Amino acid sequence: MKSRIPVVLLACGSFNPITYMHLRLFEVARDHLHQTGMYQVTQGIISPVNDDYGKKDLVASQHRVAMARLALQTSDWIRVDPWESEQPQWMETVKVLRHHHSQLLRSPPPMEGSDPGQEPSAPTAAPQLKLLCGADILRTFQTPNLWEDAHIQEIVEKFGLVCVSRVGHDPKGYILDSPILRRYQHNIHLAREPVQNEISATYVRRALSQGQSVKYLLPDPVIAYIRDQGLYTKDSSWQTS
Amino acid sequence: MDKSEKTEVVLLACGSFNPITNMHLRLFELAKDYLNGTGKYRVIKGIISPVGDAYKKKGLIPAHHRIIMAELATKSSNWVEVDTWESLQKEWTETVKVLRHHQEKLEAGNCDQRQNSPVVERSGRKRKCLEERQDSSQKKSLEPKTKGVPEVKLLCGADLLESFGVPNLWKSEDITRIVADYGLICVTRDGSDAQKFIYESDVLWKHQSNIHLVNEWIHNDISSTKIRRALRRGQSIRYLVPDLVQEYIEKHDLYSSESEDRNVGVVLAPLQRNTAEAKS
Repeated sequence: MKSRIPVVLLACGSFNPITYMHLRLFEVARDHLHQTGMYQVTQGIISPVNDDYGKKDLVASQHRVAMARLALQTSDWIRVDPWESEQPQWMETVKVLRHHHSQLLRSPPPMEGSDPGQEPSAPTAAPQLKLLCGADILRTFQTPNLWEDAHIQEIVEKFGLVCVSRVGHDPKGYILDSPILRRYQHNIHLAREPVQNEISATYVRRALSQGQSVKYLLPDPVIAYIRDQGLYTKDSSWQTS
Repeated sequence: MDKSEKTEVVLLACGSFNPITNMHLRLFELAKDYLNGTGKYRVIKGIISPVGDAYKKKGLIPAHHRIIMAELATKSSNWVEVDTWESLQKEWTETVKVLRHHQEKLEAGNCDQRQNSPVVERSGRKRKCLEERQDSSQKKSLEPKTKGVPEVKLLCGADLLESFGVPNLWKSEDITRIVADYGLICVTRDGSDAQKFIYESDVLWKHQSNIHLVNEWIHNDISSTKIRRALRRGQSIRYLVPDLVQEYIEKHDLYSSESEDRNVGVVLAPLQRNTAEAKS
């Protein structure tokens, strides 16, 4: 019996702050890949972006990493990796992928979900690292100068993409619109989130600055951390985006 | 505004909670922030009242599981709790009766409080208070509620509001009593649809000051139906429901094709009752 290809999912982003929607991306992506029968998702990695990225209202990466860690306390397969945020400057997503891929080849992760009752399969294939994102990221590939074509190609050719669709985005359309994406569409997996849950971090930040409740949008320990650290308050330089 | 001048509010949410989801819990948070934000109200409690099994909705699993899940879900809340009165009734109970039950409970509690207050002339006050309460339930609440008693209001999503239009699902007299005597807090993504619905109903229009529409900016579609479907398909429901609820569902294997077939072919209790009464 052909054994499944082990896959590690990597999500890059601000995570400013992390919300249940981010965490859902992993769950939906994993279900989707498992359903194909070809893959076994063994690990999820959240890689918060470097402070140097310069996005408005980005709180210090130490906080964003700490919040992700708190959110993932109860997850047995997703972890946060601060490497990207600890680099001296911002780096392209493809470089983050390269780094984590080489790390994986160095020390393969334990097989999550492997059944001890099954015959030992042939030497496990090297894990594939795939970029996990919302379908809106696919659309940003079209934005001039945001991504280098060579990088887009490397991402879809060497690694692969798992896109979780959101309302108002037509992922198939974005793929067909781009020659590079069209060519490697077999390596672009479109997962459909059956339950819309559009918790934008922007909304969360606004609610927090206005003293409104964000309970049930993100894990309680993260909310407590935000409160204890005084993050996203009215005093933080927050302006209407 | 002085704190004592604000009307205290208790939010009551009725429904199947089959199972309870993060969206249900969000309704409470949004409604509380909204009402407190008006400066006129102070929300002091939230009550989740799961419907009884006699409702006979398709796929409705036994009340005791739904109660436990709601309790697990509200463990981390310091103001929302679960009430079992409705689910323990032998027959299905109209929503207006549940509202009335909780309002009367608050008034009884208020009488006791006032009786115990050192400042008050005890026996006289309590007698008057109880008389007022008896009067109010007999006169079908034409009298203003006893001053200082928190007001119970029905918390719901737009789907409940629009269900007022489904033939025989609600008694029109009940709808009137709900909006006239208690009030509705309706959390909706699309305020314009709800507003249109209110506009097109004479009863709702008349009592529109008692109907509060709260905007839900987040496109949040975590319906229990979708949760159950995901479970049947072996898909993850993590982060859509509280972790404790997800674990409980998994441990007891609550939802399946079999459970979804419960009450198939059975007429929903309100439809049964209202159609029968219309015929009689």
